[in-house]
Amino acid sequence: MKRTPSPLAAYVTGFGLSLVLTLAAYLLVTGRLFSNQVLIYLIAALALIQFGVQMVFFLHLGQESRPRWKLLVMGFMVMVVVILVVGSIWIMNNLSYHSLSPSQVNTYIHNQDGL
Amino acid sequence: MSVVRAVAPPDNDKTLFGFWVYLMTDCVFFASLFATYAVLHTSTFGGPGSAQLFDLPPVLAETFILLTSSFTAGLAMLAAHRGNKHQVLGWLMVTFVLGAAFLGLELKEFHHLATTGNSWRRSGFLSAFFTLVGTHGLHISVGLVWMGVLMTKVWRSGLTAVNLKRLTLVSLFWHFLDIIWIFIFTMVYLMGSLS
Repeated sequence: MKRTPSPLAAYVTGFGLSLVLTLAAYLLVTGRLFSNQVLIYLIAALALIQFGVQMVFFLHLGQESRPRWKLLVMGFMVMVVVILVVGSIWIMNNLSYHSLSPSQVNTYIHNQDGL
Repeated sequence: MSVVRAVAPPDNDKTLFGFWVYLMTDCVFFASLFATYAVLHTSTFGGPGSAQLFDLPPVLAETFILLTSSFTAGLAMLAAHRGNKHQVLGWLMVTFVLGAAFLGLELKEFHHLATTGNSWRRSGFLSAFFTLVGTHGLHISVGLVWMGVLMTKVWRSGLTAVNLKRLTLVSLFWHFLDIIWIFIFTMVYLMGSLS
């Protein structure tokens, strides 16, 4: 009975990594270690890494044999999600910009582009 | 026999693949709520914004509780593949209690917001917040009911092939909800505290 349970190791690794990533994101934000802009990119990256970690260690992605239908469906999901979220933010910001008054536009350009 | 195959059930399982497709479409559903929140989170209508409203330590506790419950759901799966009924019931119970604790903390936050005049009717930002986080909470509630029903089924008829499949599906669902929560934690709470 010396067969070491590798599935258990996978769950423990996934759990440990997720704990560390969550705590890292939390401490970065509460400690205000960087400027807000940098922090937003950093914690977004940490969340994406944790997404990958849990997909692999908890949801066993990448263990299926070819053809990899699960991976394919997930790829499609990611595509739709990116279009939906990035597109919405882009379009709505653009809409807000176009509904500014001329004086507000000057302030906006001044703030955004430092002109 | 095969320990490695035990965790990843056969790929040609149609039920499992169908459930996976459902989870991915649910991701798209959540993405639309995330997009709504991203667009509306500054529309506070003169009311408090996310930085004033949210208290981070309890949310970190919620995050750890849900993460731990995702881990114990995995342990229940491992016990199921070993054929140990009592361990399965034990770990499912732990998962259930942790899930209920998470839901309790979330409802406490909602109650606090609503009674201090910051319900979903206060602003576009709060409508989007309650919709996004509430929908996740609703999924958690469904997961808890499902888990409760499954526990009585396993307790009565043991680890049959059908129960094993149900167990696989509920654990997938639970892991999926933890993944959605990572993004709520990051986008709503952590990024919210920066603005």
